Amino acid sequence: MKNKIRTFLTSQGMISFIASVASIAIGLIFGYILLVCFNSGQAFNGLGKILFAGASSAEKFSKVLYQAAPLMLTGLSVGFAFRTGLFNIGASGQYTMGTFFALYAGLVLKCPWWAALLAAMLGGAIWGAVPGFCKALFNVNEVITSIMFNWIGMFLVNLLMANIPAMLAPNADRTANLAAANKSGIIPKWGLDTLFGSDYINISIFITILVALIIYLILNKTTFGYELKACGFNRNASIYAGINAKRNIVLSMVIAGALSGLGGGIYYLSGTAQYTIVKSLLAMGFNGIPVALLATSNPIGIIFSSIFVSYIQVGGEAMQPEFAKEIIDIIISVIIYLSAFALLLKGVIRKILSMRKAKQGEGVSQ
Amino acid sequence: MIVVADILSATIIFAIPLLVVALGGMYSERSGTINIALEGIMIIGALFGCLFLNATDNSGWGGKNPQLAVLLAILIAGAAGLIFSFLLAIASVSLKADQTIGGTALNMFAPAFAIVLTWAIQGQGQTTIGIPNWIPIKLSIFGLKASENPGFFERILFKNFYLTTPIVLLILVVTVFVIYKTRFGLRLRSCGEHPQAADSVGINVYRYRYTGVMISGFLGGIGGLAFTIAAGSGFQSTVAGYGFFALAVMIFGNWHPVRIFGAALFFALFKVIGSYTGSIPFLPSFTGVKSADYIYQMLPYIVTMIVLIFTSKKSRAPKAEGIPYDKSKR
Repeated sequence: MKNKIRTFLTSQGMISFIASVASIAIGLIFGYILLVCFNSGQAFNGLGKILFAGASSAEKFSKVLYQAAPLMLTGLSVGFAFRTGLFNIGASGQYTMGTFFALYAGLVLKCPWWAALLAAMLGGAIWGAVPGFCKALFNVNEVITSIMFNWIGMFLVNLLMANIPAMLAPNADRTANLAAANKSGIIPKWGLDTLFGSDYINISIFITILVALIIYLILNKTTFGYELKACGFNRNASIYAGINAKRNIVLSMVIAGALSGLGGGIYYLSGTAQYTIVKSLLAMGFNGIPVALLATSNPIGIIFSSIFVSYIQVGGEAMQPEFAKEIIDIIISVIIYLSAFALLLKGVIRKILSMRKAKQGEGVSQ
Repeated sequence: MIVVADILSATIIFAIPLLVVALGGMYSERSGTINIALEGIMIIGALFGCLFLNATDNSGWGGKNPQLAVLLAILIAGAAGLIFSFLLAIASVSLKADQTIGGTALNMFAPAFAIVLTWAIQGQGQTTIGIPNWIPIKLSIFGLKASENPGFFERILFKNFYLTTPIVLLILVVTVFVIYKTRFGLRLRSCGEHPQAADSVGINVYRYRYTGVMISGFLGGIGGLAFTIAAGSGFQSTVAGYGFFALAVMIFGNWHPVRIFGAALFFALFKVIGSYTGSIPFLPSFTGVKSADYIYQMLPYIVTMIVLIFTSKKSRAPKAEGIPYDKSKR
């Protein structure tokens, strides 16, 4: 029995988990030190808000889930591309494109919500496909293409929204009210709103968890997923083994784009958010990167890391006005930075565990 | 003609930050480390540079010795970037972590830290650090009087002329020399191409990679300040994606300093044309399309994409970039 526990503790996944928890703890301690530096009187109160505000009421918790859903999808998008050895920094543009397609389907074509979500996936997929094609056919670095397409996507969406009637609210730079234009375009709530007492909650969190599970199955239980991962580990070896690396690069970016696009649809079809014409890239896409890194690109891990990031973000908002909510970003960045130390940390943990083992071994022999 | 002069002047002023940051990225990538943290490094450089400028302005010393103050601010911005990039070097060189992880963490840390620090210094909700008005170099410094109706060349040179411009051009010249004519440059490049071979002849790969990343931090910090001065509306904890553009400029310039200069000018020109559309007579104005200026704002990115597609077949990135060097691996 003891042996079983020990093998469980020293297993790869468990050590990763312990390392992540340790990084999170250190990140929070660092955040607390910052709070003390800036406003020592309120620091303890502030830390309490970070840790507990997200669970303090049903309404706050529904806000956590509400923001976690799109975050999970952009995280999955970045993580999926990572597994194929691609860095999808273009999640923001794909997210914006998905938003546009979803809102066009909802506001102008009066589609039901599920059709609008499919449109969102299509929009994101198109925006992910271009960097994929550029990488596969012309050897253009996907990081650069994605960055360019973030901006092109944002300006294009702004241009299209300004020129399509019925998309923008009259005399405003935000999109028209979806509930008034097309009630069936709003993602249903299935009574969760009365249960939680909040407008923010809907079934999107279940949809996204389902998507995460599907991505997990694709990556780990199908030949296609195996090929994608093989390309990520060693592209030349996988080409030698007869895998069509170019096709896989494009497909990986298409799927990653579709995931980000779906994220945009999920967020803006909730009925509680309105897209505003923006001049800078949406943060939701970039926040997918830390979510993916925190979970080492594991789809199941991304479910938890996105909820965690959303949870402390809600805590950060509750911290205002005593503290800037950006302190949360600092905490998250420290956690990610520490995950670079993960290898080191894992080594230390393994050493501690095996040292115990050795000591116990001695005890038996005596 | 005056519009042309204004456009050229604005092009130079926006090409300068792109150039210096892209050169920084080049040092790092030539040593074998992808520096995706340039955006964050720029923000940190701009933050400390602007804080210093403000401090000298408040004490009155800056107003009396404007260009000396700007020079010191440039050095401080560079030093801040250098220290910040040290964190990236630790993660990606010593700890051999995936280089995007450290970079992403720094990119996320920098704007948040800038906002928090700005709040702490200027009070709640104050998110802009203003920049003093004595920064531009005026003709009067050279003992000349500004003419009432400045001519073509005067407009190009002195409409927006900051100390950062000559310094960055000097950095370009020095870079060409260092990379191609010195022992240090040769060794740096060898670490990015084939670190095992470099190690086998006694070059300390780790030290060269640390140096490469930290030079990129120094130049990135300067670039952040140069951008903020050029933008002119004060520091708001952002450099508007210029760190990432610089990365694109570096790849566009094929990791070669002179070509990077050309790429920076090219990108800046299209960026400026986008904001001058109203005053250029021969551009189509797209009547009937609402908010048509978005079309021109997309232009620099689309043109860069097209150029990249046509030039990337010949693109030659340093072979070993992005791969942490591990002595024990073959």
